Amino acid sequence: MLAVHQSRINYVLHLADNALIIGHRNSEWCGHGPVLEQDIAITNIALDLIGQARNFYQYAAELIGNNTTEDTLAYLRDEREFKNCLLAEQPNSDWAITILRQFFFSTYQYFFYQKLQYSNDVQLSAIAEKALKEVTYHLRWSSEWAIRLGDGTEDSHQRMIKAIDNLWMFTGELFLAVNYEKIGVNEGYGVDISLIKNDWMKKVTDAFEEATLALPPDDVWMQRGGKEGIHSEYLGHILAEMQYLQRAYPGAQW
Amino acid sequence: MDDFEKNFQGKIDAEIKIEPKDWMPEKYRQTLIRQISQHAHSEIVGMLPEGNWITRAPSLKRKAILLAKVQDEAGHGLYLYAAAETLGTTREEMIDQLHSGQAKYSSIFNYPTLTWADIGAIGWLVDGAAIMNQVMLTRTSYGPYARAMVRICKEESFHQRQGFDILLTLSQGPDAQKNMCRDAINRWWWPSLMMFGPKDSDSTHSDQSMKWKIKRMGNDELRQKFVDMIAEQVKVLGMNLPDPDLKWNEEKNHYDFGEINWQEFWNVVKGNGPCNKQRLDARKKAWEQGAWVREAALAHANKVKLQTHKGTLEAA
Ligand SMILES: [Fe+2]
Ligand SMILES: [Fe+2]
Repeated sequence: MLAVHQSRINYVLHLADNALIIGHRNSEWCGHGPVLEQDIAITNIALDLIGQARNFYQYAAELIGNNTTEDTLAYLRDEREFKNCLLAEQPNSDWAITILRQFFFSTYQYFFYQKLQYSNDVQLSAIAEKALKEVTYHLRWSSEWAIRLGDGTEDSHQRMIKAIDNLWMFTGELFLAVNYEKIGVNEGYGVDISLIKNDWMKKVTDAFEEATLALPPDDVWMQRGGKEGIHSEYLGHILAEMQYLQRAYPGAQW
Repeated sequence: MDDFEKNFQGKIDAEIKIEPKDWMPEKYRQTLIRQISQHAHSEIVGMLPEGNWITRAPSLKRKAILLAKVQDEAGHGLYLYAAAETLGTTREEMIDQLHSGQAKYSSIFNYPTLTWADIGAIGWLVDGAAIMNQVMLTRTSYGPYARAMVRICKEESFHQRQGFDILLTLSQGPDAQKNMCRDAINRWWWPSLMMFGPKDSDSTHSDQSMKWKIKRMGNDELRQKFVDMIAEQVKVLGMNLPDPDLKWNEEKNHYDFGEINWQEFWNVVKGNGPCNKQRLDARKKAWEQGAWVREAALAHANKVKLQTHKGTLEAA
């Protein structure tokens, strides 16, 4: 029973961490975007994702009890306890990489939340229903930009090719279930992510075609580990920055 | 004064807004372009000092509020660039002038945000001072500028409350947080008083602007209003403003306050503030690194247009 309860907590934290970390990455653009309208758009997406993260953290805190809060979960856990996918923590680099990261992730979230709406956990299904509306917009925005850049100039096209080369290896993890996800499926509250892979692939293939971009070959090695706390070196720096005040002044109110 | 000019001043005197298609003196147009673009640049450059704390905000709630706040400022910049464009300039031109140093932005953003308390102090004092000016500008004589100000003012009062709330929380915390709060107030108080500009007696643009009702209150009057408001609010924080001459004057029904360091004021205006170079470099970098993105968007839009055009021809 205890292990089952812990699995549910891990599952919710995994969803929260995904949203927080990619939201945090997007928030790094605020004030530095390529044009004012897009500075606002990427910040909007950051805000939505941080909002989703808060909903999941609040629910996880409720499941954990013991005075746990959304902030103790976000600010007082270490690298090895974070369960986000590797894709979410990859650096912004340039606008092409940021766009492609968001497109891959929003496509995943779009199909994922559609299924999570039917979770037998009413909290999860409620969060998914609300988030789906936001993600529908994120997907439209990021796919339009992916097409625009792929089909734009020679320079933007080359940058998209480089972005694919950088990020493709992190997409496999999105559809490979770890233990707490398998338990979630068995218990009826989790999504069988292997089932959304085809939808994801179709959406990406269509967009790439419009963007005049080639899909990588099937045999690209896929990295994994983020969901189980084995991250890239980037996450530690995100957390060092993000958690600094909470760590420097233990127990303080802000 | 010719008939056009008489008619123009008549409208101003009768409180009829000037609209983009109306005749206006060239100097009125130039003054507005200068002022509105400077205002727009301030919103955009102003995103940087606060943006400095987005990734370090101490709670998820504060992080979301700060992000939304900085995003609001981007929106203010958009409204204002659009208002200035109605006068016959373009956003690109205005941005070029910012980057070349020809156009100014508010000097307040050339000070660094060193601690989290600075985010509170900016909301409370900097947005607070901006509101004084902007509320006045909701009644400015140029229609598009006045209307942009109405939208902006609604959001600014929310910013000020959020900033105050950050400081209130710190002021009720342990000593380390109280000190952080005090230090931020000490560093931001004088620069925020400088936001109202030079004394009316030393201001070059004021007279004509008042006559055209671009400005409707003098710098000194606005600054006094601000001092009166903040001197009361700071009591709620249990803190003091760093001015030994600050004292209620029963006779004037206003607070007396000390002399601003005008040497510092002019020095920062001239470009020697602690962050002038850093801020401008950050804006230029964002703009230059975004060039390929804007070009790609344009190239793609043109391809789509061409295709639609071809499609229409084929269908015909
Ligand atoms: Fe503003
Ligand atoms: Fe503001």
